[in-house]
Amino acid sequence: MNPVDYFRIPSVSSRSFKVWQRNKDVFMKDIKLNFLPPFLEPILYLLALGFGLGKFVESIDGVPYARFIAPALIAVSVMYASFFECSYSSYVRMYYQKTFDAIIATPLTIEDVIAGELLWGATRSMINATVMIPVIALFGLIDLKYSLLIIPFAFFGGLLFAAIGMCFTAITPNIMSINYPVLLFITPMFLFSGTFFPLSALPVPLQYFATAFLPLTHIVNVIRTLSFGVLSSSLIFDVAWVLFVGVALLVLSINLMKRRLIV
Amino acid sequence: MATDLKKSYKDFVAVDGISFSIEEGEMFGFLGPNGAGKTTTMRMIQCVSPVTGGSLEVLDMDVSRQQREIKSLMGVVPQENNLDGDFTVYENLLVYSRYFDIPKDEAEKRIEELLDFVHLQEKRDVMTESLSGGMKRRLVLARALINRPDVLILDEPTVGLDPQARHLIWEKLRNLKKQGVTIVLTSHYLDEVEKLCDRLVVMDNGKILVEGSPMGVIEEFIGSDIIEAENNPELLECLRQKEAKYEVIGDIVHIYTDNAREISEILLMECSLSKISARPATLEDVFLKLTGRSLRE
Repeated sequence: MNPVDYFRIPSVSSRSFKVWQRNKDVFMKDIKLNFLPPFLEPILYLLALGFGLGKFVESIDGVPYARFIAPALIAVSVMYASFFECSYSSYVRMYYQKTFDAIIATPLTIEDVIAGELLWGATRSMINATVMIPVIALFGLIDLKYSLLIIPFAFFGGLLFAAIGMCFTAITPNIMSINYPVLLFITPMFLFSGTFFPLSALPVPLQYFATAFLPLTHIVNVIRTLSFGVLSSSLIFDVAWVLFVGVALLVLSINLMKRRLIV
Repeated sequence: MATDLKKSYKDFVAVDGISFSIEEGEMFGFLGPNGAGKTTTMRMIQCVSPVTGGSLEVLDMDVSRQQREIKSLMGVVPQENNLDGDFTVYENLLVYSRYFDIPKDEAEKRIEELLDFVHLQEKRDVMTESLSGGMKRRLVLARALINRPDVLILDEPTVGLDPQARHLIWEKLRNLKKQGVTIVLTSHYLDEVEKLCDRLVVMDNGKILVEGSPMGVIEEFIGSDIIEAENNPELLECLRQKEAKYEVIGDIVHIYTDNAREISEILLMECSLSKISARPATLEDVFLKLTGRSLRE
């Protein structure tokens, strides 16, 4: 394939919604189990890090530590939900369950299938954010003024990480190899994107690196600002970054999957 | 339907310029050893594998341009069961019906009919992984029929099934044919193809070797009967003198004929034969003759 072809806009139809619906139906079967992590994880993290570790940490820019990390927990959950949905879970559906093969024997095309998977991944990110906001609000760690804006933003952030996951699914030789991007990309992002300490604590070149190449940095920025009840103009840059890179990677991921599956 | 159809990958040619035409309402078989190009041809007909060269039309529509239209009128039973393991039998059919935009009421009605048709009513709420091989295959068949297809594609529909399950599938296929469904299948079970198909092609190395009805092909290449005799040099000499069509397979000689009784008598009288048996020729004999063994005449 010519490099330009990887960014050719794929033709996706509204039928991709059927794939979204399929995944939603499976999710609803185990809804209690699926709702548990976004409900329980913020509680555990806030107790351990916010209130435990937070005792030994001075406030950051005038913000108590628990309040500083609470929005980051939402951002991390947005990342994990869609990345894992579109990496390991999509790989299982593609390779082991042959779900995609079965679906493309119907009027759906492979582009529809992948688009449906990506939309579902983003939906999971949104669901997680939606569950976590009230939990964190119970701890009094979020200003509710703009907090509902976090929900649609979680969807777009989710799309970005869904696309990243799907790109790796498209090129991974086997399911074990998905451990590499998790270890080398997702975990460093979890730690170095202004999540548990401000980016300004890093050496300047690393700060630039994080801003340029670690998507989570922008997700954390937006969600944290919104959770403080502030709308600042700096958000425009972060949102634009997420949308621009997100769209590019969505297109790339669909084309890479097409290359893998259409032979 | 297909003219000079080709499919090549980076380093090899899977389908090498084949032409065939399948009539509406007939049952058509693709035979051939593993790697002959049957499944690749099926996948091109299903519009999931792009055509490299030549043309292929299904229901008068081009496979590379009208994929959605073709696929909405087609049912597929793939070689490998790909039921949705996250769902029960009933849910599998319901979720699949949505991909075809079948309204829910209509889908529910069809699912009841199909569950009766493939005898899976009692299993409707069972997850698919706990079904037996035969039940899975029947469910895949039911799934392929959810859109009431005009064309049904089956890639090795009865592989690995016990005789009961095979007969049940055959019965269902004959039933569907009566309803006017065009059926295209591949199989390694030659008796299956001989029993079911109106016409067939034998493929090898990406090419079509023969085309015709099962009986026609057998008569053309073998004759109606085969006489099996023990191999010995005098017999071979005798056959050569009589210019008979025969083939040596290890210890056994196959003599191809249209008149088994007459030839057996001649052989018994004129050639020194110890052991002899005659049987009707089968598609398997044609298959082996064309794809497996070299013939000396």
